[in-house]
Amino acid sequence: MTSGSIGEAPARTPVLARLLGALVAILFATCLSGCGAINRVPTLQEQAKSAWSEVQNQYQRRADLIPNLVETVKGYAQQEKDVLTGVVEARAKATSVKVDAATVSDPQKFKEFQDAQNQLSGALGRLLVTVERYPDLKSNQNFLALQSQLEGTENRIAVARRDYIQAVQAYNTEVRTIPGRWIAAFLYPDAKPMETFTATPNAERPPNVKF
Amino acid sequence: MSRLARGLAACLLLIVGLPLAGWAALAAEPVFPPLTGRVVDAAGILKPDERAALEAKLKGYEDKTSDQVVVATVPSLQGYTVEDFGNRLFRAWALGQKAGNNGALLLVAPTERKVRIEVGYGLEGALTDALSKVIITTAIAPRFKAGDFAGGIGAGVDAMLSILSGDAEAWHRRAEVRNDETGAADVVIFVVIILVIVLLFWSMGRAQRGRGGFVVLPGPGPGGFGGGWSGGVSGDSGGGFSGGGGSSGGGGASGDW
Repeated sequence: MTSGSIGEAPARTPVLARLLGALVAILFATCLSGCGAINRVPTLQEQAKSAWSEVQNQYQRRADLIPNLVETVKGYAQQEKDVLTGVVEARAKATSVKVDAATVSDPQKFKEFQDAQNQLSGALGRLLVTVERYPDLKSNQNFLALQSQLEGTENRIAVARRDYIQAVQAYNTEVRTIPGRWIAAFLYPDAKPMETFTATPNAERPPNVKF
Repeated sequence: MSRLARGLAACLLLIVGLPLAGWAALAAEPVFPPLTGRVVDAAGILKPDERAALEAKLKGYEDKTSDQVVVATVPSLQGYTVEDFGNRLFRAWALGQKAGNNGALLLVAPTERKVRIEVGYGLEGALTDALSKVIITTAIAPRFKAGDFAGGIGAGVDAMLSILSGDAEAWHRRAEVRNDETGAADVVIFVVIILVIVLLFWSMGRAQRGRGGFVVLPGPGPGGFGGGWSGGVSGDSGGGFSGGGGSSGGGGASGDW
């Protein structure tokens, strides 16, 4: 019995040492995972930001195509003033709402941007439906080229939006789950979760026009 | 004592598990046929000799210019639009060289009667949306309408290659694309840091062992390292054909017949 109690006393030191070792190991592991995570928050943030600028680029590209398109349609279908004015006004509105990488975490602003772009999509859709009634216009070379560019741009918008949604998902997960959340709170207090597009953009695509 | 141990175990689990959990969320992808060659006829609409002729033409073109042009036919678009499917397939196959994103994909879906030319970032300037549309409406769709798949695909590929050739002379003048690969210097620095840390622990372990204790040397735990260091090396493997790592942002055009 006594020998047992004597044996216990010196055993305490190794246990403590082992504990200390485990603690150091945990610290080490935290450091390592931390090193990755420390860079991960700003890396993902930059990726999401660049995905956002691509979204903006493509929307801008669409806006740039519109004056030319409106001019071409006007030459053939002057009586469609309402539809044309609708497109011009929606374009003006859409280009006036600017959301840059800094304000992309502002829900209000983001919604405004999305609404304006949706409205422009709707107006464009109506224009393309109207065009169906003008066979001369539909076979106009300039119009055909413009239309394929517009289609291409709509598709690029869809791809850019998909990339952005994915990038934001990765970034938001990082700043909302534990290691990233702590790191963001300590080191990147300006790293807020970003806004993302709400619904699948069915309303955003103008109807496909067949020739 | 046991509660402390349990707490420590939980801490460790948190540290190792959470970074992995963040990456688990991935969007669902459709099922793609494997990239077995420059012509992937998953829908089975081409005869072997027609396929071989196309393969040879596309290989000759890639050897000359490094532009990767690939033809794919699929039995089903799996509920996706042809644009969406085409872009995802292009990215899954990573067509085009990584530095130039110079790939192009001609996708045919006979079941849905849809065709798409998907163009990589680097070729958008040559094979524009408008030109792609012209190829589809004038070269491909009329032949498909007559049931001549081989003829339509052949005419489409010829048109794509001839348009791309016009730009190929200017290849060296194309803007250099930024290269984001990890440099050798980064790897060296990382290795040195790891070595220093390991040495530090080693000497600490020795000092403690001198006093009769021992230290738990943390090895590279599951998921602690990992990540980040895979996927750096890609390219051709053993004479087979594979994408060069290029990407596409949805350039090109689509049509039906």
